[in-house]
Amino acid sequence: MRLIASIFAALITMIPLQGFAGNSSTDEIAKYRQLLADGNPAELWEMRGEELWKKKIGPQSVSLEQCDLGKGPGVVKGAYVELPRYFKDVNKVMDLEQRLIHCRITLQKLTPEQAAAVPFGSTGNPSDIEALVAYITAASRGMKIAVSTTHPKEQAAYELGKRFFFYRAGAHDFACATCHSKDKQRIRLQELPNLLNRTDAQNTYSTWPAYRVSQGEVRSMQHRLSDCMRQQRFPEPRYASDTITALIMFMAKNAEGGVYDAPALKR
Amino acid sequence: MAEPMRIRAKLNGDTVEVKVLIRHDMETGKRKDPSGKVIPPHFIKTLIAKCKEKTVLDTVMGISVSKDPFLSFKFKGGALGDKVTVAWVDNTDDTRTDEATIS
Amino acid sequence: MQVYTMFDSDEKGVQVMDQGRRNALRMASALGLVCAGSLLGPMRAFAGEWKANSFEAKGLANALKELGVDSYTMSGEVSVISAEIAENGAVVPVSVNSAIPNTEYMAILIEKNPNPLSVAFNIPEGTEAAFTTRVKMGETSNILALVKANGKWFAASKEVKVTLGGCGG
Repeated sequence: MRLIASIFAALITMIPLQGFAGNSSTDEIAKYRQLLADGNPAELWEMRGEELWKKKIGPQSVSLEQCDLGKGPGVVKGAYVELPRYFKDVNKVMDLEQRLIHCRITLQKLTPEQAAAVPFGSTGNPSDIEALVAYITAASRGMKIAVSTTHPKEQAAYELGKRFFFYRAGAHDFACATCHSKDKQRIRLQELPNLLNRTDAQNTYSTWPAYRVSQGEVRSMQHRLSDCMRQQRFPEPRYASDTITALIMFMAKNAEGGVYDAPALKR
Repeated sequence: MAEPMRIRAKLNGDTVEVKVLIRHDMETGKRKDPSGKVIPPHFIKTLIAKCKEKTVLDTVMGISVSKDPFLSFKFKGGALGDKVTVAWVDNTDDTRTDEATIS
Repeated sequence: MQVYTMFDSDEKGVQVMDQGRRNALRMASALGLVCAGSLLGPMRAFAGEWKANSFEAKGLANALKELGVDSYTMSGEVSVISAEIAENGAVVPVSVNSAIPNTEYMAILIEKNPNPLSVAFNIPEGTEAAFTTRVKMGETSNILALVKANGKWFAASKEVKVTLGGCGG
């Protein structure tokens, strides 16, 4: 990854689709992904997540089954395609991971540290949050992305996310927009989605979280964006920060109407 | 501790297609952790599938099978409602058995 | 050489099986399948043999020697299906199949891997000589499908190029 980062700036802007590799490579990589689509290991995370959702833990031995993800206590189906959203009980906009942590604290009486422990798993140290996210997102598969920006706080989150998307900073003077606001940009063989283009935004947003074969883990949207921050040389964002939620809100709104199809499988 | 497998067994005509997903690290024993210590090998060595007491798959694996292995195969002789049982053993003698009903 | 018998009814085995049954039932119900609830009796009569000599053999020639292959014939009735390009060498999808009657054994070998033998299948009567799995490749290499039928060895091979991708979509 360090290697990728070091050539990042050089490669990012100017290699057109018909560059050194040509379209046939793109087609072959599409074929590779298609061959892997059948039998996504993310299903194993979904299974574990469902178990964790129903598992009674904490000092009062409570499950997450009464957690309100926005569609009422315990409603998992279709919850993710409407997130992030405004929650009256906390008077703020939350994404899925913030809401999960909230439920783990308020329902299961975990400490904030326990509730947000191991947000990103690694070999031998699996993340309960990634498994729960896999379970919850899978329950929105086939449904249309439909986030609301009608509440003033939702609108504000969208605007903040948009500002952040174009905000240039860091050693490379990068913004999200540097890589993701033009069509047909790529890094090596990887095409970069233009997140201002509805189709690209839909294809991207509807396929996270994903089992990443390079990491052997299901990665959440929070993880994806944290890694983007690292790649553009921003300071590491705090896990489940409001700024990242705002960015997710911006991306989700741009992807509106896309059919949700995750957890997916990616490189 | 071994986690459950995901097994699907589907009847098409007279053939049962089985797809198995396994949560396993499949460590090669050749990788190092960030502190430079070699991560010990940890991989599935044998996997067997049975249907009605009959072996329908008998597999041996090495370290180059991918992490979280996927396996699919087809056999004849299974009927709707029959069970397919899959079991594996790894190099630490950890083992796991799960089953699915043919649908 | 180590021989594993997987289903001896020692304490550990039984415990694992109970857990397996519970999860399988839960899983089956989650899938909306009908569960007859029959018991998983101890399954015996299996001796999957994991041979260190063949799995740890270095280089294709040694691996073939350890598998007892003196010579093999390339056959159009054997096929290896994969992508031309693998975006990640850690996960390369491979399907192998054989249309040769009485195929009793198939193995997948990655020619350029330090230990080429990846996985092998003993094929019981009634099971098709067709398998799909995923393997790790250290570099661009030929994938060899090795087949034993009627006491003879056959093979097919396919080259897969391993690349480094970008930042993961």
